[in-house]
Amino acid sequence: MLRDADRIFTNLYGFEDWRLAGARRRGDWDNTKALLDLGRDPIIQIMKDSGLRGRGGAGFPTGLKWSFMPKQSDGRPHYLVVNADEGEPGTCKDRDILRHDPHKLLEGCLVAGFAMGAHACYIYIRGEFGEEADRLQAAIDEATAAGLLGKNACGSGWSYDIYVHRGAGAYICGEEMALIESLEGKKGQPRLKPPFPANMGVWGCPTTVNNVESIAVAPAILRRGAAWFAGIGRPKNTGTKVFCISGHVNKPCNVEEEMGIPLRELIERHAGGVRGGWDNLLAVIPGGSSVPLLPKSICDTVLMDFDSLVAVKSGLGTAAVIVMDKSTDVVRAIARLSKFYMHESCGQCTPCREGTGWMWRVMDRLVKGEAEVEEIDLLLDVASQVEGHTICALGDAAAWPIQGLMRHFRAEVEHRIVERKKSAVSRAA
Amino acid sequence: MANVNLTIDGVKISVDRGLTVLQACEQVGAEIPRFCYHDRLSIAGNCRMCLVEMEKSPKPIASCAMPVAEGMVIHTNTAKVKKAREGVMEFLLINHPLDCPICDQGGECDLQDQAMAYGRSGNRFAENKRAVPEKDFGPLVKTEMTRCIHCTRCIRFATEVAGVPELGATGRGEEMEVGTYVERLLTSELSGNIIDLCPVGALTSKPYAFTARSWELRKTESIDVLDAVGSNIRIDARGRQVMRVLPRLNEDVNEEWISDKTRFAVDGLSRQRLDTPYVRRDGKLQPTTWGEALAAVAARLKAANGTRIAAIAGDLADVESMYALKGLMTALGSPHLDCRQDGAKLDARSRAGYLFNTTIAGIESADACLLIGSNPRWEAPIINARLRKRSLRGGFSVGLIGAPIERPDGLTYAHEYLGAGPTALQDVLEARHPFSKTLGAAQRPMLILGQAALARRDGAAVLALARAVAERYTMVKDGWNGFNVLHTAAARVGGLDLGFVPGAGGRDVLGMLDGAERGELDVIVLLGADEIDTRHLGRAFVVYIGHHGDAGAHRADIVLPGAAYPEKDATFVNTEGRVQRAFRAAFPPGQAREDWAILRALSESAGRTLPYDSLAELRRQLVKDVPAMAEIGRVVAAPWQPFGQTGALDAAPFGVAIRDFFLTDPISRASPTMAACSSANQQARRGAVTGTHG
Repeated sequence: MLRDADRIFTNLYGFEDWRLAGARRRGDWDNTKALLDLGRDPIIQIMKDSGLRGRGGAGFPTGLKWSFMPKQSDGRPHYLVVNADEGEPGTCKDRDILRHDPHKLLEGCLVAGFAMGAHACYIYIRGEFGEEADRLQAAIDEATAAGLLGKNACGSGWSYDIYVHRGAGAYICGEEMALIESLEGKKGQPRLKPPFPANMGVWGCPTTVNNVESIAVAPAILRRGAAWFAGIGRPKNTGTKVFCISGHVNKPCNVEEEMGIPLRELIERHAGGVRGGWDNLLAVIPGGSSVPLLPKSICDTVLMDFDSLVAVKSGLGTAAVIVMDKSTDVVRAIARLSKFYMHESCGQCTPCREGTGWMWRVMDRLVKGEAEVEEIDLLLDVASQVEGHTICALGDAAAWPIQGLMRHFRAEVEHRIVERKKSAVSRAA
Repeated sequence: MANVNLTIDGVKISVDRGLTVLQACEQVGAEIPRFCYHDRLSIAGNCRMCLVEMEKSPKPIASCAMPVAEGMVIHTNTAKVKKAREGVMEFLLINHPLDCPICDQGGECDLQDQAMAYGRSGNRFAENKRAVPEKDFGPLVKTEMTRCIHCTRCIRFATEVAGVPELGATGRGEEMEVGTYVERLLTSELSGNIIDLCPVGALTSKPYAFTARSWELRKTESIDVLDAVGSNIRIDARGRQVMRVLPRLNEDVNEEWISDKTRFAVDGLSRQRLDTPYVRRDGKLQPTTWGEALAAVAARLKAANGTRIAAIAGDLADVESMYALKGLMTALGSPHLDCRQDGAKLDARSRAGYLFNTTIAGIESADACLLIGSNPRWEAPIINARLRKRSLRGGFSVGLIGAPIERPDGLTYAHEYLGAGPTALQDVLEARHPFSKTLGAAQRPMLILGQAALARRDGAAVLALARAVAERYTMVKDGWNGFNVLHTAAARVGGLDLGFVPGAGGRDVLGMLDGAERGELDVIVLLGADEIDTRHLGRAFVVYIGHHGDAGAHRADIVLPGAAYPEKDATFVNTEGRVQRAFRAAFPPGQAREDWAILRALSESAGRTLPYDSLAELRRQLVKDVPAMAEIGRVVAAPWQPFGQTGALDAAPFGVAIRDFFLTDPISRASPTMAACSSANQQARRGAVTGTHG
């Protein structure tokens, strides 16, 4: 359980002033110049030592990512791009950071940008986040007026500008390469890697794309030290994390907790427990819609961090915990996710464009049992033909929920097919 | 370039750094299926057909997009790769209609071929297939977008090579559609190439639709003559009819593109044809026999004094027939010969003075280009594409003197407009223009002189001025010749090489028309010359040798039906001076004969028998007289010798050489497809769209 003293997002619920004065009271922008004075390489080293893993879903070590940026510019400018296109179903952590604690993000942008030699930062914010974009812009204006951003930011001699770019409502633009394309004004479709953004990102210049939460925690890590952050959580899964708990719980909420907290403790302590008690739990999707679900038997004991969840063939993802009690039609729930991925596939590469539609159509029939039992294996085969064969991870994200469903609830799916056939026979008779 | 060592299917090889895994695989002979990848387009990596296994990578990689790296170990024939290919193939097929029996791509379809080689048999897809609304891309490209597999080759071609970013994808996921956003005509002279690029039957040829199957056609490799580029083509014929023309690879000339005129004007070959000799009786052309026609011409030729006979060679004339005609005229004692029907003051004395010396491929090494009275986009779309290719690489400044070229038919690369006429050229020469600095600083500057700058009274002076510009900016130096004349007629360079120009005391085209009008010429032979103003031919007896009932035949007193370019073995010299052979793909219609044979027969009737009985004999003599004609397929650098004639310049602006790209010669003027293009293009220029929406 996270101690209050270790909390980074102290205004996560918006009980206090989000503006500069309030942020300063909470310790943001406190002698940021001293953080920059650490120097580029030491900042990156502290981030590496802290063990921070990217909070956008993939969990790539943030310090390592920063270190990929060229040490010397070859004439091209460097860019930091913040991915605020939070669209993963079940996830709403970045939104609360953006509207209640925008200065934490901005300060993070400055130190991160400085560490990678960037003078400009783009925050690509989800189009639907209207108020959040306004607040973010207001916060940038405040900070610029106060000399914290702009020329000679915080008196450090480093000039730094932050621009807000609003998306147009495509889930795929949360994928870093599609985000870059969209930022350049093109159709949001993932680019091929290599080249990686650290070589060829926005407008062909070295770029790092980071999640809002990853950037927002950076100043706290630099102030309090890598050892402090690394001391929270479990080895290789360190620090604090904002969890979003939704679904069939008594008090859905966002909460900042220690990495590696047991799932059951997380739900019961912060979200008021599962509706109807723990025994009424059917399954949990632990990390946003794209990770495979977990049945209650695993939920009883699993810890909420990257490696523990991978061990049970799921993932931490964005730490969006979607709780489903026994009233849930789990097949329909996953079919709805399949429809989502079909709708959000960008259409660029073949397996995802064609496969997501196919998978949804089969899933849609499975909900009512209008299928043959063999079609379950067909569906899994199609999913395996999508998984790992696409340009970006959306194909994987479309395949995993189905694979999770069949891994844990295949009996339920087969039962529906058999029942449907039985009722058809009795109707015919 | 440094090499990289890698292992492909157990074979160790060393390849250039910068290659992709797919290219490396090709080098060891490992075949990699692909749909979206194309050598000449940017890499999209979207079809996923080229997936291969790379050791240390958990997922298969798209080999078309992965650069080779030291120590890579690639497997192209494992079970995992096979499954990945089968999976992709299946996905491509689930929403592809099963309409191969009525699809024009049948027999030359990448999807069919690769489904046979890499697909699974049987269908596991039990849902409904997707249908996509039809698009209208204009008169040339037929769409069946339900068949589209979204490889985006057409989009990339239009954007990158053609330089008209009119195609794109709208919609997401399985709703994604390739189209023109707002339905409209493709305004590119290269649009037909997307038909070849399309790996499936989504984009097919509209004029060719449902007329033939590819396996029924007899394929002949030949040369195009509808502009002076000499694009390498393959002519597909069935029986006597040319069904279609496709590009043939030649890196030095057309790469693998051809212009829409080259591709689609062929339906003009079966219309307005002269298929029997005609003689004018009572003011009307009446069919006659070869014997009577030749006798009638011979009688006129015998009766006339040699100095009262003239001959004009048209834009599509081949070298052999011009050589035969020149031989006949010389035998008759006539010095009045000309192959420059537009009156361009080209100087036949020096080859370097009328060639595209830089060569088409050479454009890629230039770093500045001055266009003088030329619109390459219409005069030679293939050369325009090279200029664009060079321009895209950066560090290439283009200046234009002449009629402004504005959108939507504008040049497809950035250029600076310098002025309208010779005055601007004079300014560049005398370094009074900022562009002079650019030319001065360039290492390999070039200029392109168009026919619009030469086909005027002061043409010889403009030619001399252009030469002066070339010398002032050292465009001609060791290993580099930046002086270029861009021709519009396939016959022109060949004619100049033969010396098909006025001899001592001879008249040029304008002189002939002038003389005919004043009654100073008795007989005029037109070898497919249709671009002259026939009203000035006066009372002269006009013999027309050609294949189409165009302007020349309408005025003729005797018509001798000849063969069009796909109907004869012939030689053409392109604007670079590259001698290329065309081959017969079909026989000429009716009584029509090959032009050189007509002239040989005529010479015998006229009592001046030419000294050869076969094309081979003719060619032997030709090479003896004009050794350059032996250099088949090559460009021999021409020495820099004097040409042009300084003189007074007219300040009038340069005109345009081509007013309508689609209607430039007797074949394209007879083509219904070209007529449709011309009218659609004019409508598009007025802002009209092809569909009902937008």
